Amino acid sequence: MKRMAVVAAAASFSVAALVSFGAHAADELKVGFLSTLSGPAGGIGIEIRDGFNLALKLNGGKLGGMKADVIYADDTLNPQTGRQLAERMLKRDRVDLMTGIVFSNVMLAVWPTLEQAKTFYIAPNATPTAITGKGCSPYFFSASWPNEAHHEAAGEFASSKGYKNAFLIAPNYPAGKDALTGFKRTYKGTVAAEVYSKLNQLDYSAEIAQMRASHANAVYAFLPGGMGINFIKQFVAAGLSKDMQLIVPGFVSDQDVVRAVGEPMLGLFDTSQWAYDLDNDANRKFVSAFEKEYQRIPTLYAEQGYTAALIIDQAVRDAKGKVHDAKAFRAALMKAPERAKTPRGQWKEAANGTPIQDYYVRALVKDREGRIVNRKIGTILKDHKDYWAKDCSMQ
Amino acid sequence: MSGLLFLEQSLNGLQFGLMLFLLAAGLTLVFGIMDMINLAHGSLYMIGAYLMATLAQATGSFWIALPLALAATALVGAILELTLLRRLYGRDHLAQVLATFAVILIANEVVRIVWGPQPLLLNAPPSLTGPVTLPGGLQYASYRLLIIGVGILVALLLYFLIAKTRVGMLVRAGASNREMALAMGVDIRRLFTAVFALGAALCALAGAMLGPILAVQVGMGENILILAFVVIVIGGIGSIRGALVGALLVGIVDTSGRAFLPLFFGVFLPPQFASAAGPALASVLIYLLMAVVLFFRPQGLFPARG
Amino acid sequence: MKRVLACFVVLAAFPLVMQAMDNLFYVSLASRMLIYAIAATSLNLALGYGGMVSFGHAAFFGAGAYTVAILATEGISNLWLAWPAAVVVAAVAALMIGAVSLRTRGVYFIMITLAFAQMVYYIFVSLKEYGGEDGLPLPGRSSGLPLSLADDVTWYYLVLALFAATLYGLYRLSRSRFGRVIEAIRENEVRAEAIGFPVYRYKLACFVLSGAAAGLAGALIANQASYVSPSLLHWIQSGTLMIMVILGGVGTLWGGALGAIALLALEHLISDYQIDWLERLAPNYQDHAGLAVGVVLLAIVLAAPQGLAGMLSGKRRA
Repeated sequence: MKRMAVVAAAASFSVAALVSFGAHAADELKVGFLSTLSGPAGGIGIEIRDGFNLALKLNGGKLGGMKADVIYADDTLNPQTGRQLAERMLKRDRVDLMTGIVFSNVMLAVWPTLEQAKTFYIAPNATPTAITGKGCSPYFFSASWPNEAHHEAAGEFASSKGYKNAFLIAPNYPAGKDALTGFKRTYKGTVAAEVYSKLNQLDYSAEIAQMRASHANAVYAFLPGGMGINFIKQFVAAGLSKDMQLIVPGFVSDQDVVRAVGEPMLGLFDTSQWAYDLDNDANRKFVSAFEKEYQRIPTLYAEQGYTAALIIDQAVRDAKGKVHDAKAFRAALMKAPERAKTPRGQWKEAANGTPIQDYYVRALVKDREGRIVNRKIGTILKDHKDYWAKDCSMQ
Repeated sequence: MSGLLFLEQSLNGLQFGLMLFLLAAGLTLVFGIMDMINLAHGSLYMIGAYLMATLAQATGSFWIALPLALAATALVGAILELTLLRRLYGRDHLAQVLATFAVILIANEVVRIVWGPQPLLLNAPPSLTGPVTLPGGLQYASYRLLIIGVGILVALLLYFLIAKTRVGMLVRAGASNREMALAMGVDIRRLFTAVFALGAALCALAGAMLGPILAVQVGMGENILILAFVVIVIGGIGSIRGALVGALLVGIVDTSGRAFLPLFFGVFLPPQFASAAGPALASVLIYLLMAVVLFFRPQGLFPARG
Repeated sequence: MKRVLACFVVLAAFPLVMQAMDNLFYVSLASRMLIYAIAATSLNLALGYGGMVSFGHAAFFGAGAYTVAILATEGISNLWLAWPAAVVVAAVAALMIGAVSLRTRGVYFIMITLAFAQMVYYIFVSLKEYGGEDGLPLPGRSSGLPLSLADDVTWYYLVLALFAATLYGLYRLSRSRFGRVIEAIRENEVRAEAIGFPVYRYKLACFVLSGAAAGLAGALIANQASYVSPSLLHWIQSGTLMIMVILGGVGTLWGGALGAIALLALEHLISDYQIDWLERLAPNYQDHAGLAVGVVLLAIVLAAPQGLAGMLSGKRRA
């Protein structure tokens, strides 16, 4: 009797296996969207997803003229989970393209699987130097920025404003290391200390005590998502914001953090590849559509997701749907930034698969309606290229 | 290393230790009196934090929400005890471990279903978002001082409750010799439920107080649960005093390790390695401490059982 | 006996069927299930047969996995070197941890095995050169056999063979003198001691064997995904293995295997196949597979402590 239960279970398993045949319609484009959608950093993945979906919606649910079937999965900021999900998307669901990954450690864990499967990946966020330098590949296309760019911009800004002594902090994972390397490359002052906290650490009391003891006049912190929310709150609560200028890359101070922290953030400076008040038609269209759809101001993450979708749309159209023809699709991707009308305005792609674009400095201020926004106050780097492009053998 | 840095890190360790104490106190009582390993204790901490965040949003006030959250979580704890955990008294420890592990899984999913997968926002009361200047010139976050104050207050209250009241006497009797207490006619069932509810309220207090500093998210209980177990094993199962001493020890070792070991390693290792070696060693130190204590005093530092 | 043969025939035929249906993803999934079956069976030896509630089994599983991964990163990917190394490392870890832990009893034993496992976890996490928290990818599957293990079907058969060997080993062990003594110790330690058996040594030997087998499973899991991560060493992983054992049947030959396959199948079925009417009833239910696992586990503990194996054979553990 009980044996029947086991046989029944086995049978239903096999039936389910039979049923899930990655049936593939000819004019459908399957996109695997693997991202961090839950946990303290989940807000970032959600922003990217919302931007991506907005572009899809405005395009009638199509990418490059083909109906888009997007499969979403949540890696929960766990490289192992990300890898398993990527395998499932590639082997069982047979996706044509992949996108969505937020964090560099997940990216690096998933990348070998993607490269082996010869599936194109369009990065809406993490663009680790390991994949853009010596490890560059034609299958990797970043629609966001090289990992070190915002930090190089910040280092340049900190130097230009005369902050002589800086305390650096980032999480101990690949992008964190890229971040501080980038900052140090352009920063001309003294580094008081270089501290790596735990990824997803929430309590920064120990690091704050160190900052206080260091008497630095600026703190550069790369702590994305939930980490940033906690850090900024604690930094202000400990009274350090009075004596030290907090400079961050745009990841740490955009609307997702503003919603959680609020007024204590006013007066902060950050660097970004995009600002909500950029003066071009595509951006105005993006911002107003986003605000209408989601009832909130978009973050730079949302712009990245939106732009990634636009790039895919343009490239698929130009390659006439041949996403599995490596040379043709790659060529189409490389031209896409110049042909698509993205909110960032004019930018190009370098041969190693990273954008060549401007970077702005933004300040946290209140706009006319009293909302806290990241207003662009200047351009700090123009047509900036990835430092590691020199190591890439692709030209 | 400056005196101010040392003072600040010491306060951090004290703050962490006192919060661990809140968790460990409930856990050790349950373990000591009901002889039950309750892995779901961390889930009560999480539920307490979630209820606090929700109530704080609803009422708009941290101070009004706090007692409500404590009461609500105590109720949840009592219900959990009455419906489920009763069946586990007297079962072997493996069964208890697995059943309460199941409760963790279920609680995580229920919370995710009810509140969604994103962390909840819980902010400190507006009057306590800034620093306070301590004698000596140190500017320390006022909210953290509140935590320390609350922790010390609860420790004193618990001491008073356990050592000076009738209920406390029953608890101590049950912890030191359950069979004898039963034989003496103590209404053990009501005592169990009461102890469990008290433990739940303490968890909620820890969750509510730590919420503004950490994050109110699914799975927040698991990380701190392990530390709480280490604390009660070091301190002695069933002993509140042991829980306090153990918690302060663990809190200070952990915080000092995180704070000072990277500096120590930074002298001869590059920053990335120093930053990783420090916390890793600090974590290992805590378990090493527990193993050593168990080796020499298998009953812990202040065992309740005579 | 006939049932066992029938089982293995089905297991052997499975990949060929999947290959015919051009759905090799399931072969990979099945390999993963069999590897966890080996790991759970190894825990069952210590926990079920030996009565030692070890909450730190993930340490041996993960240590085996990391040994293979680290050796592969350093250039040694021959399985004749790497896999025995994994088994030895896990066995040595079990010896060291067991030697200290087995001096304690009851809940202290549980806590101290947990503590040691966490120490192992933090040690591996701190190894930044070998991935640290992000895990370590392997350059590929192990070499050393005339056939390429990169092929999912070949890999499956190798795993299946090792699984059969593990089960057979447990079968012979439980029927041997050693196995009988272990059972006697589990039933009544004082009596066994009084009879004159060196209880501590027997328990330690059992613990070490259990750890060694877990190390082998670890070597396999490292190859399965060509990737290792510290979560293999985390106490939640230990807990998951324990769930598998109790689900399948503590102290039974097939308990570990049944529990592992049932748990992983349950999780997979819930997360990966949307049942439309259930989705309408409970939107996004697939994100909450843990709920089903928790409820099933609770039900088993409260109502059917013999697990699946007990239900299947109607036997009670003596």
